[in-house]
Amino acid sequence: MDILGYRLPASASLLLWAALWELVGRLGLTILVPPLSGVVVRLAEIVPTETFQDALLITARTFAIGVAIAIAVGVPAGIAMGRSAIVDRLLLPWVSLFVSAPLSALVPVTMVLFGFGETTVVVTVVLFAIWIIILDARAGTRNISPSLVEMAASYGAGRWQAFAKIYLWAALPEILAGIRLGLVRAVKGVIIGQLLVSVIGFGYLFEIYSSNFLMEHMWALLLVLFAAAFTLDATLGRLEKRFDYYSAVRG
Amino acid sequence: MSTIASLTASPPIADRRAEPSTAVAVRAVSKAYPGVEALREVSLDCPAGRLTTLLGPSGCGKTTLLKIIAGLIKADAGTVEVLGRTVCGPGPERAFVFQDFALLPWANVVRNVAFGLELRDVPKSEREAVAAHYIAEVGLKGFETKYPHELSGGMRQRVGLARALAVKADVLLMDEPFSAVDEQTRRKFQEDLLRLVAQERKTFLFVTHSIEEAVYLSDRIVLLSRRPGRIWKVIEPDLPRTLSPDQIRREPVYLDTVEAIWQNLRQYVE
Repeated sequence: MDILGYRLPASASLLLWAALWELVGRLGLTILVPPLSGVVVRLAEIVPTETFQDALLITARTFAIGVAIAIAVGVPAGIAMGRSAIVDRLLLPWVSLFVSAPLSALVPVTMVLFGFGETTVVVTVVLFAIWIIILDARAGTRNISPSLVEMAASYGAGRWQAFAKIYLWAALPEILAGIRLGLVRAVKGVIIGQLLVSVIGFGYLFEIYSSNFLMEHMWALLLVLFAAAFTLDATLGRLEKRFDYYSAVRG
Repeated sequence: MSTIASLTASPPIADRRAEPSTAVAVRAVSKAYPGVEALREVSLDCPAGRLTTLLGPSGCGKTTLLKIIAGLIKADAGTVEVLGRTVCGPGPERAFVFQDFALLPWANVVRNVAFGLELRDVPKSEREAVAAHYIAEVGLKGFETKYPHELSGGMRQRVGLARALAVKADVLLMDEPFSAVDEQTRRKFQEDLLRLVAQERKTFLFVTHSIEEAVYLSDRIVLLSRRPGRIWKVIEPDLPRTLSPDQIRREPVYLDTVEAIWQNLRQYVE
């Protein structure tokens, strides 16, 4: 966008919205929206505290474990569905059901099954992330050119070799897109899980802040989470672009 | 099966000029897809060490037949024997060259050429040495570290050919390998293929829809009729191979054979 001959960076609009936020905060219209400057000050204040560091650590750990499980199970499952009609028929109805289901409603169930702890949060992360990973891996595998599949067969590739040396790589662009979407959903999963369990991680902090009307703290925490989710998405987007060179030519 | 030594220990193949034995024997093969009869009781022999072409109008089942010989498609009836053994799936004595090349886009030329050997767990240094030899053989020296998308169509098919040669199969099955390649490249490619047929002493089975290409390259041409595909005629053009390519294309025997096949096929066009 150009204004008066100056080229504005894409992030310029963020400044506008930040200014608006500050203004609304300063007008004191509602206790729910404190000025942005106050939030930023609070952010700098709470980030170094041990409570915050602990919450961050637990969140990062449950997130990482959950995502790792979702990828380790989801990608092979998706490839198996893409390659085998029987597996596909068996699993597709469930995957399609869960990918659009309101999964938050399942969290109380997982709480009953796995207790009020990290396990429940990990399970929630897996539940949120895995379905889209499966679906994208499946779509990528179904797009593999039939002649590559025949090539694998005619040069004597075994099942495992075909998976590890061909299918996985041929479907990589879609798999990465799925993982990226899965990670964004996993961020939702880890927060919703923690909020509902509400005795660990950021869920615990949210509980304290909101029950004490510490709005600046609340917003500071939200800023951290939003920024984290956005950075994650952007990083993966860049990674995906690196694989574009062959996805464009693989025919 | 895992070393090159055992792969090369194939039965010696007779000289190109001597009376050859049969490398591929197709016996009464039929194949139908839902609603379409592709092949009906096809029988043919491919002499060892020679180039046999399957020629016919599109949709005559020539690619299906080639893939049945490759073991990629199961026939409904009939048998295929390659070097005396009945085919019941892909095997190391056969290698396939694909119409659309079927290269790994994420692998460079060396890895693509060595891929058949990689699948057989041949050690890296050994298979790359074999790959280097065949990369030079198909005229791609200097392109070892390029990726398929950096190569032209003709060069990609050379990679496909080198991959098929590198596994040292006795029978090479080529499915319209030059159809996605421009005309100049195609001619150059045909010269190289003739040189390879003479030099490698392998049996080549070649699918094409180009009459000129079939006549120019083949020791034996198998004409297939339109769906359901049946063997219609077997022609053995006896071209004077000692002449230059341009001279061969002006020889009466070349022109007459092309014309005769065209007269046979034109009824499908009209």
